[in-house]
Amino acid sequence: MMHQLAENTTAQGRRSTSNSLSHLWYVLRTNPITLLAFVLFALIILSAVFGPALVPYDPLQTNAAIALQAPSSEHWFGTDSVGRDVFSRVIVATRLDLAISIAAVALSFVIGSTLGGIAGYWGGWLDSVLNRLMDTIMAFPLFVLAMGIVAALGNTIENIIYATAIINIPFYARLVRAEVNIRREAGFVRAAKLAGNSDIRVLVMHIFPNALPPMMVQVSLNLGWAILNAAGLSFIGLGVRPPTPEWGIMVAEGANFIVSGEWWLAVFPGLWLMIAVFTFNLLGDGLRDLVDPRKRT
Amino acid sequence: MSMVKPGSRARAIAARMGQTLPVLAGVVVISFLLTRALPGDPAAYFAGAAADEASIEEIRIALGLDKPLLQQFFLYVGDLFAGDLGNSLSTGQPVAQDLARRLPASLELTLIALLISCCTAIPLGILAARNPGSVIDHLCRVLVTAGVSLPTFFTGILLIYIFYYLLGLAPSPLGRLDFIYLAPDHVTGFYLIDAAIMQDWYTWWGAVKQLILPATTLALFTLAPIARMTRAAMLTALSSDFIRTARAAGLTPRKVLYGYAFRNALLPVITTLGMVFSFTLGANVLVEKVFAWPGIGSYAVEALVVSDYAAVQGFVLAMAVLFVVLNFVIDLVYTAIDPRIAFEQS
Repeated sequence: MMHQLAENTTAQGRRSTSNSLSHLWYVLRTNPITLLAFVLFALIILSAVFGPALVPYDPLQTNAAIALQAPSSEHWFGTDSVGRDVFSRVIVATRLDLAISIAAVALSFVIGSTLGGIAGYWGGWLDSVLNRLMDTIMAFPLFVLAMGIVAALGNTIENIIYATAIINIPFYARLVRAEVNIRREAGFVRAAKLAGNSDIRVLVMHIFPNALPPMMVQVSLNLGWAILNAAGLSFIGLGVRPPTPEWGIMVAEGANFIVSGEWWLAVFPGLWLMIAVFTFNLLGDGLRDLVDPRKRT
Repeated sequence: MSMVKPGSRARAIAARMGQTLPVLAGVVVISFLLTRALPGDPAAYFAGAAADEASIEEIRIALGLDKPLLQQFFLYVGDLFAGDLGNSLSTGQPVAQDLARRLPASLELTLIALLISCCTAIPLGILAARNPGSVIDHLCRVLVTAGVSLPTFFTGILLIYIFYYLLGLAPSPLGRLDFIYLAPDHVTGFYLIDAAIMQDWYTWWGAVKQLILPATTLALFTLAPIARMTRAAMLTALSSDFIRTARAAGLTPRKVLYGYAFRNALLPVITTLGMVFSFTLGANVLVEKVFAWPGIGSYAVEALVVSDYAAVQGFVLAMAVLFVVLNFVIDLVYTAIDPRIAFEQS
């Protein structure tokens, strides 16, 4: 239903929007888990935007007198080995972790769509070369490839973003290629060409929008994965440097104290990381139900 | 319908091997580009901080960095065929040797973890598919979504806290054997096998105790995709015509479920294993760091910290080759259990 609605966008634009909205509401009402995911998503966005202004303590302020205190009403998530407030650090870290993954996913979205669109529309040798390239990237265990890229390009946050983007490109390129390829000879494409639109205009304005619904599902699932990937890289000491608050680094620092029982250092940032990834995964599944009810599992 | 020729299966395998070679070539090209993409001057880097102009130039010529890029690539490929991945700066040993020595530890951990997760996830997926909407089905769904959201390093730390610090059940999370044990004689490098060969069950049990937590951590992570795929594949298989026919013919539910539905559902599950391996080999690095496991993952992490590039790039290449080989093996298994492949080829 969504596809057909999307494919005659101009004529029935308004009706399709209101239909989508009521459909969205229907799905949310019948699926409380997706509703929960939307609520969590809103909370994460809010803490990324307003978190740094709202937290009770300076995330970098050390105070040796209150080091390693267990969670209390004063310090909700306790304090770390140099007396920084763990709650403030966890909340402030949201912005950085989210920024890294959004930047990475946006990059792979744009590059993957461009490559996939070209390959799917023109086909031929371009298509073969691209397929080979994507196969080669997928031939690496992806996290390991990201490690190798960061090691080669240099240990900075930007390179974490590039590495995460590169390992995600094949997913987008393949998706767009498939979606473009099946519509290459469709009636509305021929009509658009006959009306005098250039190839690029047909590809970008007429074919590509039809690939957007499945792309959104991919974006949501990928965001969770990108956060996990970036946090994993900083856990092994790549990218983000201490004392910057970031979930992966905080878990790594907390790991040293877990064997002596100071659990709050690692558990709270880890829990937040998990909730964020969980939210994006739930959201992706929810969006999939919305976009393509047949694939519901 | 055409006859199955005896050679057709062999031809299918040969065709698959032919597809693997370009991928391997691509992997080598990418890892070459990664070694040459180092920031700054690699020669100055390999010469060390105290080197002067002359010795940097000497290193440049010794490494072949003064030659054109294409020639450098062929030199690199030649070195690879000779099994030379360069020397590690931190250990002073050839990287290939370091990796070979540490690989069994990683493989033992990864394979045990996959065994645990397959033995849990496949029955779980079958049960969930057999009783849709039941408690087990819901449990399966929650587990599947939660499982992919778990950062492996966090699960590992949580397990250490619960089973080592709180309950005192697990040994201290430091490597493959506690210091009170002696490592078994090196035969395969797999402690469980080597100790069993020596009939040293005391050490064998010691190795098992060290292995349980990291293997469970990895298994929890890989559980989700396998359970999800098993459930979906079983649902598809159970709703297909041949199952209805089998039921109508009066076969026992057991025979229908395991003899027919499961055999067909196994194919997509095996395909998923390829992706699962990719995740496992990546997650392995994190788990090895958490549990101080002396495998190739922690080797790479240690090398990264001191910017030991040859070691890191050797590790990346080794992992990629391992992954390509694993995918090839998965395809062979697939060919072996799916009789239709032989038909398609003939």
